[in-house]
Amino acid sequence: METKSKGRFGVHGGQYIPETLMNAVIELEEAYNHYKNDPEFNRELTELLNDYAGRPSRLYYAEKMTKDLGGAKIYLKREDLNHTGAHKINNVLGQALLAKKMGKTRLIAETGAGQHGVATATAAALMGMECVVFMGEEDTKRQALNVYRMRLLGAEVIPVKSGTATLKDAVNEAMREWTNRISDTHYCLGSVMGPHPFPTIVRDFQAVISKEIKEQMLEKEGRLPDVVMACVGGGSNAIGSFYNFIEDKDVRLIGCEAAGRGIDTFETAATLNVGKLGIFHGMKSYFCQDEYGQIAPVYSISAGLDYPGIGPEHAYLHDIGRAEYVAITDDEAVDAFEYLSKTEGIIPAIESSHAIAYAMKIAPTMSPDKIIVVTVSGRGDKDCAAIARYRGEDIYE
Amino acid sequence: MSNIKKAFENGKAFIPFITCGDPDLETTAKIVRAMQESGADLIELGIPFSDPTAEGPVIQGANIRALAGGVTTDKVFDMVRELRKDVTVPMVFMTYANVVFSYGIERFASTCAQVGIDGIILPDIPYEEKDEFQPVCEKYGVDFISLIAPTSDDRIEMIAKEAKGFIYVVSSLGVTGVRSEIRTDIAAITEKIRECTDVPCAIGFGISTPEQAAKMAVNADGVIVGSAIVKRVGQFGRDAAPEVGAYVKSMKQAVSNL
Repeated sequence: METKSKGRFGVHGGQYIPETLMNAVIELEEAYNHYKNDPEFNRELTELLNDYAGRPSRLYYAEKMTKDLGGAKIYLKREDLNHTGAHKINNVLGQALLAKKMGKTRLIAETGAGQHGVATATAAALMGMECVVFMGEEDTKRQALNVYRMRLLGAEVIPVKSGTATLKDAVNEAMREWTNRISDTHYCLGSVMGPHPFPTIVRDFQAVISKEIKEQMLEKEGRLPDVVMACVGGGSNAIGSFYNFIEDKDVRLIGCEAAGRGIDTFETAATLNVGKLGIFHGMKSYFCQDEYGQIAPVYSISAGLDYPGIGPEHAYLHDIGRAEYVAITDDEAVDAFEYLSKTEGIIPAIESSHAIAYAMKIAPTMSPDKIIVVTVSGRGDKDCAAIARYRGEDIYE
Repeated sequence: MSNIKKAFENGKAFIPFITCGDPDLETTAKIVRAMQESGADLIELGIPFSDPTAEGPVIQGANIRALAGGVTTDKVFDMVRELRKDVTVPMVFMTYANVVFSYGIERFASTCAQVGIDGIILPDIPYEEKDEFQPVCEKYGVDFISLIAPTSDDRIEMIAKEAKGFIYVVSSLGVTGVRSEIRTDIAAITEKIRECTDVPCAIGFGISTPEQAAKMAVNADGVIVGSAIVKRVGQFGRDAAPEVGAYVKSMKQAVSNL
């Protein structure tokens, strides 16, 4: 069974897409397999990542936070310092360069919080490509500033009104657009999800995060960390943070999902805590859904984690017990957002704040000779207006 | 072999589609009977899904309306069971992989056989993933329908060789929905399919007028129409059955004159 199926992580993954797209994903896989080992491609990509995006990103010892919490030593992996303000650029530069080598002239993308859309629009501007971003109408309101940034960068932003008008619906619409126009268009998927080869390609491009963490940690502490944690929506910054530690069994890997108003409510997006196995958006994985397989209208304060599924490799790491997945509520994430701002002078994205929140929970329970690395996947400027509103303060962006 | 071959014994086949439960299942049942009376050769019943990624706005809207009305897979099975007391025309389900997977593939296929469903179309299951579904369907005598697209090219042969029931030839790129013009070289695709199999070919996506249907039917064994019908249901609601019946009649006439 399933012998023809490709891109599996345990039972998860695969290519559950319309026949119309099959040759496109096969072409993408072949191109990726060729270029990933091409020295010229890798030289160009490294140059872009370093000189344009500002890599390597810093691994910062959060001394004040560590002392305040009074437990394990906390390091922050500063993906928020990348150009465009999040880890998304790592993947986008890789895919845009790949698309260009494949002769594509147009990038389409989905976006939730807008970070992936901004990164895609940025790469398109840099490489002289056309760019169309699909964004749930609800998210265009929550993240109006990012909509403006994308348009400023020359991209067309299409608000998606169908379904819950959030990330899942933006993915639906981007997939529909891809079936409509394939020959000149690359679908620049923003997370480790969708049909094979996307979960593998995006993971490989994001794995630079854990590669750097490892090198920087060995340099600073002469040893590996005890815990690596990151927030998880689709899961790209988390898999990027985990990937080079998967074989290091003593390193605990923790993904922080968005519990929204709580995993005992319907207003949640904590897939591994409340979802079940299903097939959607090109992959087999866990999804929030009802008993008849209808995808649930999930909720989180964070537009970037407001997604009813999770990447297939995370689903597999969950199955085999290699990574743990915890759920963080809106309230906890907002507290962490404010805490890190006040304590370290770093305003984290509300997505990343989910990981900060869990670090705040476990650090005090661990001894000072333990080390936690938390990936700050993005910066929180985009969230300030929304958090102010959450706290009852009506400010204009 | 299911009853589907019967659908292609009466000249070129006309295959109407309808989303079950839009606006309610009683109306769907009336429309199915009207379709049979008006000469439909095979009826495609859509089980609604929350995120129908292969559909254009018209059928997306029908899916949302049906789900909002409380339609479930079990209720659709009950409707078919009831219809089969008098409806003899072959019927297939068209839905999405997660609807079948979450119900249990084996339980879904066996219930299909039990209530009288002849085939299943899942647009998000390509050739590479069908081994999870097709053998189970075959075990219960339900045809798992394969799709071939304008972009299939070198994939046509392997898909056609393992096709069952009929082959759903997708006329155009993109999603379902009415198109003013279909530019794909359908003849080239069906010719390639004919070299590999005798399984009939039905063309769908974008067809709405009798003229288009007649033109498409020249190179195929049947024509599938969805959005144009679902649009009428959206317009006429609970009174849609006679409207749809008249439309099906005109379309069947257009293809059977060939």
